[in-house]
Amino acid sequence: MDKFGFSILKGRHIDYDSNDRSVADYISSKEPSFNVCIECGCCTATCTTGNFTSFSLRELQILLKRGENDKVHDVISKCMLCGKCTLVCPRGVNTRNVITLAREAFKLKIKNAV
Amino acid sequence: MQFDPFIIPFEIGIYSIILYAVARSVIWFRDLSRQDKLRLQRGFFGRSFGKSIREIFMESLIHRKILKANPRLGYMHMSLAFGWFLLILFGTIEADIFGEKHLNPPYRAIFFKFFNPDHGRTGFEAAWSFLMDFLLAFILSGLILAIIKRIYSRVVGMKRTTKLKPLDKVALISLWTIFPSRLLAESFTSGAYGTGSFLTGSLGSWLASFLPANEMAYPFWWLYSLSLGTFFVLLPLTRYMHIPTELFLIFARNSGITTGDKAGAFTEMQIYSCSSCGICIDACQLNFSNGITTIQSAYLLKGIRNGTDVKDIAFNCLMCGRCDYKCPVGIELTPIRMIQRRAGEVNKAGKGLWKKYFPDKPAVKLPKTNGRHTYNFLPPIPSAKTEVLYFAGCMTHLTPAIRNSMVRILDASGVKYKFIDENGGVCCGRPLMLAGQDKEARELINFNSKLILKSGAQVLVTSCPICYKVFRESYYLNIEVLHHSQFIKRLIDDGTLKLNFLRKRVVYHTPCDLGRGSGVYQEPRDVLSYVSQLQKTDVDDGNSLCCGGSLGNMKISYHQKHKIATDAAAALTKDHPDILATSCPLCKKTLAAATETKVADIAEIVAEAIYAPSGIKPEPGSQSTTLHSQRPLSRV
Repeated sequence: MDKFGFSILKGRHIDYDSNDRSVADYISSKEPSFNVCIECGCCTATCTTGNFTSFSLRELQILLKRGENDKVHDVISKCMLCGKCTLVCPRGVNTRNVITLAREAFKLKIKNAV
Repeated sequence: MQFDPFIIPFEIGIYSIILYAVARSVIWFRDLSRQDKLRLQRGFFGRSFGKSIREIFMESLIHRKILKANPRLGYMHMSLAFGWFLLILFGTIEADIFGEKHLNPPYRAIFFKFFNPDHGRTGFEAAWSFLMDFLLAFILSGLILAIIKRIYSRVVGMKRTTKLKPLDKVALISLWTIFPSRLLAESFTSGAYGTGSFLTGSLGSWLASFLPANEMAYPFWWLYSLSLGTFFVLLPLTRYMHIPTELFLIFARNSGITTGDKAGAFTEMQIYSCSSCGICIDACQLNFSNGITTIQSAYLLKGIRNGTDVKDIAFNCLMCGRCDYKCPVGIELTPIRMIQRRAGEVNKAGKGLWKKYFPDKPAVKLPKTNGRHTYNFLPPIPSAKTEVLYFAGCMTHLTPAIRNSMVRILDASGVKYKFIDENGGVCCGRPLMLAGQDKEARELINFNSKLILKSGAQVLVTSCPICYKVFRESYYLNIEVLHHSQFIKRLIDDGTLKLNFLRKRVVYHTPCDLGRGSGVYQEPRDVLSYVSQLQKTDVDDGNSLCCGGSLGNMKISYHQKHKIATDAAAALTKDHPDILATSCPLCKKTLAAATETKVADIAEIVAEAIYAPSGIKPEPGSQSTTLHSQRPLSRV
């Protein structure tokens, strides 16, 4: 492809082979409903924290699945676990557990246990 | 004949358990906080002493609560506890009256027949023997029930019974051996001497007719002593520790000691007071709706006792408090579970025999605080003075009908109020507490506390029982906290809110955090019966079911939650009411998805019933100092 002048912009490159999907795997092994998310954004629309910041669970879960964990790590603690997202989720994703497991995974990651 | 070697196992058992009970009581007393020590002293030498003695008699011996809830199971517990107690009591009196001397050591009463085989031939002695035989028969009838219950629990009206650990089984077998071996030992002795009453006498003479009774008796006396000794020595390591602990617990509880939010000696006492009777398993909705039978409180307490990892058990619970309500020992199970959820609370497994008898206190490793705030994005706090604050809560914002109804009610009553989280507020903190994150919760609590205190209000009204519970228990606000059902009741009583009567049949679902969690049962019922035809259900008040939406459980899936909601809704709407009323936005949302019946909050029903004279429309916002003069919410 490179020969024809087509190349991938490095900044936009999501490499599923080399990305670190350990956190996402940890979550989906313990909370299978993490996998059925359709990224509709209902959770973000109703979010209590989202009312004050740009916190978005929809975004976070996409980032986790892509393996861009650093961005998630910085903001995941902002969630108040109020549970509105769980109630509005049309797919029945147990979002509170997803967040708790993500926090757990980051803690384990420091100890290289994931 | 004053002594025989066979009494040695019994002697070892009885004195070691007495010494152990004293040592353990001293340790527990030492570990109590200063205030609790004072409370216990005052309680022990005060008026609650009589109350405690009465409770010990009614609950530890007669098992009144279990008898009331389930007569067959109650009979089983009563015959073993009360029967054994009477057998010891009357045995001691028997040894005292009919023995050679008074004030005998305990073994003389227990093995009275062995040392006085000729006793009980005539008159008063025979009558007494009849009484002793009757008591033994009473215990044996309970024992037969207990054995059948292990195999087929439905016999005593229980759907399930607890699973036991190996040591419990050994203790159980030794307990089961005690009474049959006593029966056989006494029967053989009676058979050899031609004494005994209707039970031991008849069995004895029958056995003596084809067996050498005199020689057969001695091994059974050994067995009787051995089983007693084994049971007493193993008692501290097994669930039977509840027998001595419960006495201590009753005194402590009647002195006014409560679990609170920290682990301590009282929590430990409660953990050891659980007899694993299994009543909590039958009460649990995760059991009868979802078929999950490994996480109930009996298993939680067992896990803590054995020092195993109970994290999964602790978090897999709706925190509805049904088991607290049904527990015959009155253990505060939900607060204990909350403590277990807390980060840093670790149970150490006891290694070595000594550690098993005297376990370490649970080590609390508090998470390191780095001084960083988790929620540093919270907005600045405005200051505006008002009398009544209305805090809708997160869940109420998800159910706008409740919020709008409350605004209509507040407007119609002319109360001067302020809607503090009109544009979406900060969470009350209870969901974080339920997830065991107290430090983070404290940050939100501090924020909301400042918000409330700055307003100078006297009354805080909330629409969400979850918020209500945490406002009352963890906020330390010097302000009256009311759930909206209580507030509406007050408005009706004052005459400030005029309501029509709706010709609708209504059933009321008591939310867990409002009913069992905070003890508010009457006000919502009063309001509903004032505006509508309130009907009774099988699951009223303390016995109410959880809607399944509980934020307490993070482990179960949506489908499991939905199953709980469907079962709860079916039980509530059995008589086909027009409206299924509740007073919790979370319950409303969960139940509405699980039933065909219309589900409405009390606020909605009341708002519908507001009496408005034709022609005069209350101007929205005219009587309130809130923002809604610009944006009337009742029209949103």
